[in-house]
Amino acid sequence: MLKVSDLECVRGERSLFKDINFTLEAGELMQVNGPNGSGKTSLLRILCGLAIPAHGEIRWCGNAIRSLDGEYHNVITYLGHLNGAKDNLTAIENLRISSALAGNEIDESKAYVALRHMGLGGHEILPVKVLSQGQRRRVALARLLVCRTVLWMLDEPLVTLDSTAVKLVQSLLEQHLDQGGMVVMTTHQDINVAAVVTKRLQLA
Amino acid sequence: MFLWVIQRDLLLAMRQRADVLTTLFFFIIVVSLFPLGVGPEINMLRAMAPGVVWVAALLASMLSLERMFFSDYLDGTLEQMLLSPQPLSLLILGKVLAHWLVTGVPLILIAPVLGIQFNLPMDSLLVLTASLLLGTPVLSLIGAIGAALTLGLRGGGVLVSLLVLPLYIPVLIFGAGAVEASSVGLGASTHLSLLGAFLLASLVLAPWAAATALRISME
Repeated sequence: MLKVSDLECVRGERSLFKDINFTLEAGELMQVNGPNGSGKTSLLRILCGLAIPAHGEIRWCGNAIRSLDGEYHNVITYLGHLNGAKDNLTAIENLRISSALAGNEIDESKAYVALRHMGLGGHEILPVKVLSQGQRRRVALARLLVCRTVLWMLDEPLVTLDSTAVKLVQSLLEQHLDQGGMVVMTTHQDINVAAVVTKRLQLA
Repeated sequence: MFLWVIQRDLLLAMRQRADVLTTLFFFIIVVSLFPLGVGPEINMLRAMAPGVVWVAALLASMLSLERMFFSDYLDGTLEQMLLSPQPLSLLILGKVLAHWLVTGVPLILIAPVLGIQFNLPMDSLLVLTASLLLGTPVLSLIGAIGAALTLGLRGGGVLVSLLVLPLYIPVLIFGAGAVEASSVGLGASTHLSLLGAFLLASLVLAPWAAATALRISME
């Protein structure tokens, strides 16, 4: 489904990584490992089309993602280092707006359910600026509960989360993979996701 | 989708009213400084009123440009917009429209009051308002390109003025020109038609140019 060939990323004069090849099929998890500065975030940004690789190609169902553009954005959900939540909006507004931007409008009750599931019950109508870092991350992760995309790209999804939330994310990922979804994620923390196939990519 | 973006930006503006008020008060103060500076000679004030109001409008709209994309850039919502299945230029058009509603419309509403301060006749006040109504959306549209190009650069605020102010010149000439032409009895329709043409052209080109600039800035 997702096919990456000969990918190379150059930052300044330095080549971060090159000759990255992999394919990702339905139900597969790809875990990207590597020390700080090895290009994990760059790889994910390239995979979702935010950055252009120096060399190589990414194909989704046989088509280059450059040519798919909006169509490709319909099948991916990207969760970066930044939560993508506005400080002055409430958790519920943030969730509804970010879902609508991703082409998936949800009503208020659905947003409530998702936020409660993420353990944010009682905080739904507070502005995000009064929430803790971990809670903000949970608001961002709640997007995964309501989205209908196939391919998730998660950049350090577990950062700032407590152990209960880590378990929540773990079961969320398992459910997604079980339904034939795909996940590419980077993490420094140990997480045991029961996937049919777990691939590992080590960046130097 | 388009409406979601507008709604979101208006909601944010409501929660951060200071940003909106800063622009408006800046406009009022700059315009009010001129009569104090050049003295109360009524004919001179009347002659320079259109130019003063228009220059102040340019500077006021400049003031809020940097914020157009910057806060979205900082908290990651801009990344999400770039990854939206909707065309980016459409989302930018929504943001520009919200920007205009928040910064342009208050200026248009207050401008006739400031015009009275310069003893402008009723006809000129109407033309002034009409020219601002056609011209201020162009300022937001062109400004979006500048804001997108300078996104994330150090000292972006100064750079955006240097980039965008020269592009504002035609709007200034025809905006202020419309009021002058009507006050000497030539009729303002030519100037207003040209402003309308600027508006249409920038409506088509600016969102697309800003989208391209944003993609480059975000890489």
